[in-house]
Amino acid sequence: MTAIGDLTRQGQIVAAHRPWPRAVVTPAVWQAMTEALADGHLTLLGLWAEGKSVHAAVHAIDAGDLAVLSLDCPDGKFPSVGKAHAPAIRLERTARDVHGLEPIGAVDNRPWLDHGQWKRPQDKGRPATQYQFLPAEGESLHEIPVGPVHAGIIEPGHFRFTANGETVVRLEERLGYVHKGIEGLMAGTPLDRAARLAGRVSGDSTVAYSFAIARAVEAALALDVPPRAQLLRGLMAELERLANHFGDIGAICNDASFVMIHAHCGVLREGTLRLAERCFGHRLMMDRIVPGGVATDLPPDANDEIKTFVANARKRFKQLVGLYDKTASLQDRTVRTGILSPALARKFGAGGYVGRASGRGFDTRCALPYAPYDALRLDVPVLNAGDVDARIWIRIREVEQSLSLVEQILARLEPGAILTAAEDQQASGEGMALVEGFRGDILVWLRIEAGIVAHCHLRDPSWFQWPLLEAVIEGNIVADFPLCNKSFNCSYSGHDL
Amino acid sequence: MRTLVLEGIIKAPLTEAPPKADKAALAEIASKVDAAAKKRLGRSLSIREVDAGSCNGCELEIHALNNAFYDLERFGFRFVASPRHADVLMVTGPVTTNMREALERTYAATPDPKWVVAVGDCAVDAGIFAGSYAVVGGVSSVIPVDLHIRGCPPSPMQLLQGLLALIEK
Repeated sequence: MTAIGDLTRQGQIVAAHRPWPRAVVTPAVWQAMTEALADGHLTLLGLWAEGKSVHAAVHAIDAGDLAVLSLDCPDGKFPSVGKAHAPAIRLERTARDVHGLEPIGAVDNRPWLDHGQWKRPQDKGRPATQYQFLPAEGESLHEIPVGPVHAGIIEPGHFRFTANGETVVRLEERLGYVHKGIEGLMAGTPLDRAARLAGRVSGDSTVAYSFAIARAVEAALALDVPPRAQLLRGLMAELERLANHFGDIGAICNDASFVMIHAHCGVLREGTLRLAERCFGHRLMMDRIVPGGVATDLPPDANDEIKTFVANARKRFKQLVGLYDKTASLQDRTVRTGILSPALARKFGAGGYVGRASGRGFDTRCALPYAPYDALRLDVPVLNAGDVDARIWIRIREVEQSLSLVEQILARLEPGAILTAAEDQQASGEGMALVEGFRGDILVWLRIEAGIVAHCHLRDPSWFQWPLLEAVIEGNIVADFPLCNKSFNCSYSGHDL
Repeated sequence: MRTLVLEGIIKAPLTEAPPKADKAALAEIASKVDAAAKKRLGRSLSIREVDAGSCNGCELEIHALNNAFYDLERFGFRFVASPRHADVLMVTGPVTTNMREALERTYAATPDPKWVVAVGDCAVDAGIFAGSYAVVGGVSSVIPVDLHIRGCPPSPMQLLQGLLALIEK
């Protein structure tokens, strides 16, 4: 029995939505969905507002089913999902901030992305309000406010620690500082500009975002992508994953003051970016994946260069992994630090290495396979320890997998076209795509009307990882926060949108 | 660890030859920066990086300046943890309405004489994010800017060329 089929059957199926069904449902079905989420039968993939409707993407992992349920709320109100299912809370606060839809029965009525500074017509003359952090009470507690401007070269966000001596009693995050109103900028733009915007949602995942919006557009417009383009997309996505994993593994070790691995990982990362530049003409490969295919092909001698890179990276990385594994002082910092329980990871549907280090073996490339991964061999590493060490090991294993994927892709590359042009420039449709970025599953949903993006929603994996960081740090010492934080490496820009 | 250390000693360094300072950047700097201030700061500059709304792409490339290939510190530049220790504010991103106050306060906390380097296309005029209800504009719409380094994102080599203009005559 699939709970999702039962829910969509009771609603009105929207014919133009691809590849998964979308149904406009009644409040009763919305409530049934909320209960199924709270019971753990369904996983929440996203919840977003559009005008006077609210959409929820839900996934029944066991059955492999996925659907979008939509609820019309002409009075601007909808029954809160977050009251029973915590992962929806910040998404609902955002729906209210950005679209003015009120979640009825919500447990947290504070604004989230809206800091009272926006310049929309409805913001005029609104009184500025002080953000109320949640209280922490007890003897000898003190608060440590950190940010939004941090000590490192990183994105802005505010962390409010309440500590008892060295031990963190509570961490509360306040985000939204880099909210750029991307969904607002997307509305009413042509597809090429929308794709460029999506590529700048989170710079470290520009390939994954471009890949996701391209696939959503292709789903909406039923566009076919040439086989060579699909493989080149996979190649870019894996190079991006490698660059990020190399950089972050080094940076986590650096946060434990083990600089040597950081320096060598930096060399590996730079090598990956230089290869990307040689192959695709841009170090981060921005704007290289476009709806219909890819914008650039490999130069003629690229194959040998990529093969040399893979061989060298494999050899060098193995040495570094050996060093990590044998350095007790480093392990002392990472093992049993920042433990995320498998139950919480499952409840929040945590993607990427955060989920996989805590027993949740979900990887979009395998669970909801898409080209080119549907034809490639890929093992998804899973651990249960849930600590910083486990998250490092998942990334180490993923590096090995990505290097293998790059080789598999090279072996399959055949000459051919790299771009399919849309025949009908005025086509309409609705599409959704999930793509595995280095951080986890990125969801893009859009509606195209006469060749123009009417609405586009982009959900970063960080939405379901940031709240878990608050849980993970509890009971750890303040000095271990950088390690925990870096081992999550959530996106600020991707989350704030 | 022994192998890695030995290799580090025996093998030639990975570090790239220093690039020439960017001409456009030199011209921009010459027109804005007071010679006396330059003399006081000398060739050793402390940089505080502030993300005022970027997509994080610029941060990744600024980070790369510290790797073995670009080795920024050999030129006397150093990233510091507080604006109180900084001579240079390196600001990225279109300034979001939510970051405006934090940027103004960071600028105010930086002691004089100070320079502001705006990094990336968004920092010039908000780039692709211009016109949003949540974006103020380029960095110069909030604090005075002495040097722009363009690019989406600028490569580490471009960043280096721009920064070298700060310490060239």
